[in-house]
Amino acid sequence: MYTVETREITFAEAIREALAEEMRRDSSVFIIGEDVAEAGTPFKVLLGLAQEFGVGRVIDTPISEPGFTGIAVGAAMTGMRPVVDIMFGDFITLTMDQMVNQAAKIHYMSGGRFKVPMVMRTTLGATRRSAAQHSQSLHALFSHIPGLKVVLPSTPYDAKGLLKSAIRDDNPVAFFEDKMMFRVKGPVPAEDYTIPLGVADIKRTGTDITLVGTSSMVQVALAAADRLAESGISAEVVDPRTTYPLDKTALIESAKKTSRAIVIDEGYNRYGVTAEIASVIAEGAFYYLDAPVLRMGAMDVPIPFSPALEDLTVPTPESVFRAATALCGRN
Amino acid sequence: MSKTTDSSSQNERFSSSGESPETDWVRFYLQMLRIRMFEEQVNELYTSARMPGLAHLYIGQEAVAVGVCEALRNDDYITSTHRGHGHCLAKGGSIDLMFAELLGKEAGYCRGKGGSMHIADQQKGNLGANAIVGGSTGIATGAALSAQMRKTDQVSVCFFGEGALGQGLLYEVMNMASIWKLPVIYVCENNMYNEYTHFRETTAGEIKARPEAFGIPAEVGDGQNVRAVYAAASRAVERARQGLGPYFLQFDTYRYHGHYVGDVDRAYYRSKQEEREWITKRDPLQLHATWLVEEGLAKRDDLEKMRTRIEAEISAGVEFATQTPFPDASEVGENVYS
Repeated sequence: MYTVETREITFAEAIREALAEEMRRDSSVFIIGEDVAEAGTPFKVLLGLAQEFGVGRVIDTPISEPGFTGIAVGAAMTGMRPVVDIMFGDFITLTMDQMVNQAAKIHYMSGGRFKVPMVMRTTLGATRRSAAQHSQSLHALFSHIPGLKVVLPSTPYDAKGLLKSAIRDDNPVAFFEDKMMFRVKGPVPAEDYTIPLGVADIKRTGTDITLVGTSSMVQVALAAADRLAESGISAEVVDPRTTYPLDKTALIESAKKTSRAIVIDEGYNRYGVTAEIASVIAEGAFYYLDAPVLRMGAMDVPIPFSPALEDLTVPTPESVFRAATALCGRN
Repeated sequence: MSKTTDSSSQNERFSSSGESPETDWVRFYLQMLRIRMFEEQVNELYTSARMPGLAHLYIGQEAVAVGVCEALRNDDYITSTHRGHGHCLAKGGSIDLMFAELLGKEAGYCRGKGGSMHIADQQKGNLGANAIVGGSTGIATGAALSAQMRKTDQVSVCFFGEGALGQGLLYEVMNMASIWKLPVIYVCENNMYNEYTHFRETTAGEIKARPEAFGIPAEVGDGQNVRAVYAAASRAVERARQGLGPYFLQFDTYRYHGHYVGDVDRAYYRSKQEEREWITKRDPLQLHATWLVEEGLAKRDDLEKMRTRIEAEISAGVEFATQTPFPDASEVGENVYS
């Protein structure tokens, strides 16, 4: 997969490279959001883009998420490819009408005559001590809506390849980045590549249990798999990479092979991504399963501020390890 | 991106007489009459249970759509509302494709998937009617940003009713339109009723003060006088095309029918007397017809003859829509994604 040209770059650098390359390739691509230009966002993900492309294509907005999201929808319908920056994933609730009632439905309501090729980049993830309104993982909300696609990259390599595909896609795509991952490094080829939306990636092969992890929970699943290996349990880690389109075949095939599955996602557990994926596996691999499919999402509480409480709300390698050993009958 | 080449004015394509006077005022009457008669037919289809869903009639407000759209080019954009048939027709929409859409047919503007409240017409720059009040204000402003970024001189018109003044989105996008000098014209059709509530009960202060707070020039005009609407819209369009930024037009008008076709018992929110006053004294078609005759631009007989011509168009449209098939069941899952 990697060539001699592969370098180690951070998740944030991978995002920045994807944006810069797509903006060089296609003059209709532009960035719009709060403090995206000179500031490069509070996470500094976009540093340097305004210098290269000018503030006419890296557009700073007022603090008006519904307004600039709606403006992006109109621009997308008329020949542009906006990339909307929503600083914290919690703020997507402000954009709901524009995303759910407008962007997601315009192609269908117009009988296919209009397209809305836009990307909404935003964040997810807790444990940053940011409390209940800056810590949620709300990707399930958009995953629920026909007409939207939802991307959850878990490595710098995936982030770059998936973002380029998202920008080239003719549909509205929500792209969730784990804000704890921006400084994580990983190998990324120097040459141009894309990763198609809707193709899962086996992050680690195994035979005894399938750990389905998304976004921030992929590293948690991999760390749990290391510990499980020490206990003689071989865990396979599957990263769907997109919740829509969802690579059902890869999920079902892995569960058929291992006969057990745990789904780990940082969104709230109830009515969430874990429920959907667990149900896909239960329906598709029922006769191959030796145990019920487990769901491990964020605890169903508003994310608390105190570190002593916040860390309890998110699955950890330890909690996944314990659940997996129990599921494999090895308490 | 290249500048679009289709910039023929609507006037060139819909001339009423074949002559080319400076402003074809007779054509303005024809366009208003077309909307009036289209909506009368919709009322008929709906009350005879031939049309499914909801119908929000534009009757009474025709001068606004026609006066504004006559000031636009074919490649200019509009966004419309749940009360949107008039905007679509005024922007050059096809009667056949509209009726087909209203009846949920495959041949309709949206292949039967949008219906009355979502008609869109890409060929004519109609970015779509919207069933979320104020929901299209972002789209219209975004189309203006797009035109500015692509360096075309297209303008974008955002039609909305005074009910949308309660929606925050409008104020967010007016703020950005003003900061960025976007070529967008906000057209507030004040028909005085937010559904079943008089706007004075829902709207603090003056309407015009809202855009002015953002530094957007605003005018209040008589929405029943098509020439006044056209003159104001032309000023706004010219300014926007020159890159001087957004404009806000408030047109006071009146919907003769209820909020939707079934809203017949209206006495609890407005009087019969008030309705009669508007219909008899301030009807946009009558006012314009009288002016045309007084100015010697048309004869009463000629204006009456237009009815026959439009009746033929409309019955052909209804006939087409009735005969043409419903979408195949396989269509239900198509066009969710591009």
